[in-house]
Amino acid sequence: MTKDTQSGQRPLRIAIIEENSIRAAILIDGLREAGIVDVEVIETMTNMLRRLSTMDPDVIIIGIENPSRDVLEQMFQVSKLVSRPVAMFVDRSDGSMIQAAVEAGVSAYVVDGLRKERVMPIVEMAVSRFNAFDRLQRELLEARSELASRKVIERAKGILMRTRQLSEEEAYGLLRQTAMNEKRKLVDIAQSVVTAASLLEK
Amino acid sequence: MWDLENAESGPMQEAGSVNDTPSKTKGRCVPERLVRVGFIPLLDMAVLVAAAEQGFARREGIRLELIKDVSWSNIRDRLAFRQFDVAHMLGPMPVASQLHLGSNPYPCFTPFALGRGGNAITLSVELYREMQALAGLDGSEDALANGLALKQVVEQRRRSGKKPLVLAMTYPFSSHNYEFRFWLAAAGINPDTDLTMTIVPPPLTVDAMTAQAIDGFCVNAPWNMIAVEKGIGRMVATKADIWPSAPEKVLGVSPEWAEENPETLSRLIVALDAAARWCDDEQNHGDLADMMSDPAHVGVPSEMILRLLSGKLTVDPDGRTRQVRNYMAFQDQHANFPWVSQALWIYSQMIRWGQAPYDEAWLSRVRAAYRPDMYRTVLGHMGTSVPPIDSKIEGAGTEKFIDGRSFTPDDILGYVEGFDIRTAINPAVAD
Repeated sequence: MTKDTQSGQRPLRIAIIEENSIRAAILIDGLREAGIVDVEVIETMTNMLRRLSTMDPDVIIIGIENPSRDVLEQMFQVSKLVSRPVAMFVDRSDGSMIQAAVEAGVSAYVVDGLRKERVMPIVEMAVSRFNAFDRLQRELLEARSELASRKVIERAKGILMRTRQLSEEEAYGLLRQTAMNEKRKLVDIAQSVVTAASLLEK
Repeated sequence: MWDLENAESGPMQEAGSVNDTPSKTKGRCVPERLVRVGFIPLLDMAVLVAAAEQGFARREGIRLELIKDVSWSNIRDRLAFRQFDVAHMLGPMPVASQLHLGSNPYPCFTPFALGRGGNAITLSVELYREMQALAGLDGSEDALANGLALKQVVEQRRRSGKKPLVLAMTYPFSSHNYEFRFWLAAAGINPDTDLTMTIVPPPLTVDAMTAQAIDGFCVNAPWNMIAVEKGIGRMVATKADIWPSAPEKVLGVSPEWAEENPETLSRLIVALDAAARWCDDEQNHGDLADMMSDPAHVGVPSEMILRLLSGKLTVDPDGRTRQVRNYMAFQDQHANFPWVSQALWIYSQMIRWGQAPYDEAWLSRVRAAYRPDMYRTVLGHMGTSVPPIDSKIEGAGTEKFIDGRSFTPDDILGYVEGFDIRTAINPAVAD
């Protein structure tokens, strides 16, 4: 079970961003003992993004002292698709920090000292928190776009009713027929109507 | 959550005239409260250093512990983890946090901006020489002319099939990102299609340019001048050229901490106000430069910091210098006031570049990020000049944007739509 991703399709693949080879070795050991062998260490910032996107890891592990965290942040911003759980490690003891991180509802965690037996539980926590948060975000986004689509369709209907003297039902039918004919989404056709109308009005 | 009673009671009244400079060594006999501040080593953290080192914090019964960090993501997360109580933050970070943008968004706010200025755009010397050859620059040109010359190079490279230039900034939600893009777009360059924009952490910018991994960057002091002095970079624009009023770093505050420590927060604001005034006074620049040069803070030579504070910039390795008025301002012209209109301008740029949709319901969240009401409550009766309004038209008067347009905060969508170069506004959401 520990070897499978949430979808159970392939073994967990992990990228470690770490310049220090001793620290990287501790992480690799901890993961191997938990049965994870699909691990790649990225030591330099050069080509980090390209290597990450080629590798497509399920989890990224990075040291808290590594300034490249901001580079990851940009990557997640540019492409939502590559957003991944990030597990963070520090080399010092601070028990309250893990608790605080859990309360903050984030997917970054910190180990009480970098010990190999602590690696896997932290990675698993990072994954589960990330999935929970990610699902919430996705649902919010879907709800928002659903509402927005409905608004655009309403406006397009209004424009057609006004300019072509159609009933609401006829206006909707016309949008739907056009969408089917052009093999496009209803909301895209509606958006075209709204855009065209705003151009004509100006 | 904001306790007015506490803000007005206690030893604040005893703090003395705001123009007093406390002694560096003598303490007061009040129990000190520890406030932990995260920071990134950059010159624009000067107010925090002065508050800690020059006794302004101690006078308010606060012991400021400055904790150095390496990335803005860490600053954000460690504030969330309560390892920091407050933090040196990029102006757009509280806005992004309230809008739940980026990973681990932890909503925080700012009641106090740490100053303006310090940013600059530096291109590699090879790229600049190419611009000179192509556009006939003699080195005296302004930021816009430099941008237009860059556009010629970008077009020539495209025609000859060369790969696009790579330009770096330090964080997706940063003044650097928005200023870099603003300057490029004002010169007719689309940062998303004509170039590759990437992230390089501030301390690595000079190395990345030396290694020819990037062709230019936008970052705060001292990194631009270091690139020039190493002979690899040419400064082509400063923040003051793009928008002189642009807010830079702010004091990011954890809402839970603020709620639990309202009195400490208001005393901290008083301390920072006095420290900022001290930082603006040229007579103190020598002391300030010495404090900042400490390896525990910025760790570059005091002499270079002094030149940066005076705005006398070496812009070209050939020795050309430029005097930039208000290159760094810490308190002057309401530099610490968290203008709501500036938070809204930041939101306009997030929409412009596709980081956020336009949504009227989000405006109240943007407003929650910048809290001029707190600034006014604490400093309104302290002799500090406090604007009576929270919002203004940005880019009016002498504080113009490089493209000459002004920003009216109640017409964000109109402002964004008025840019020729921008990402398509999410049409499903824009009304």
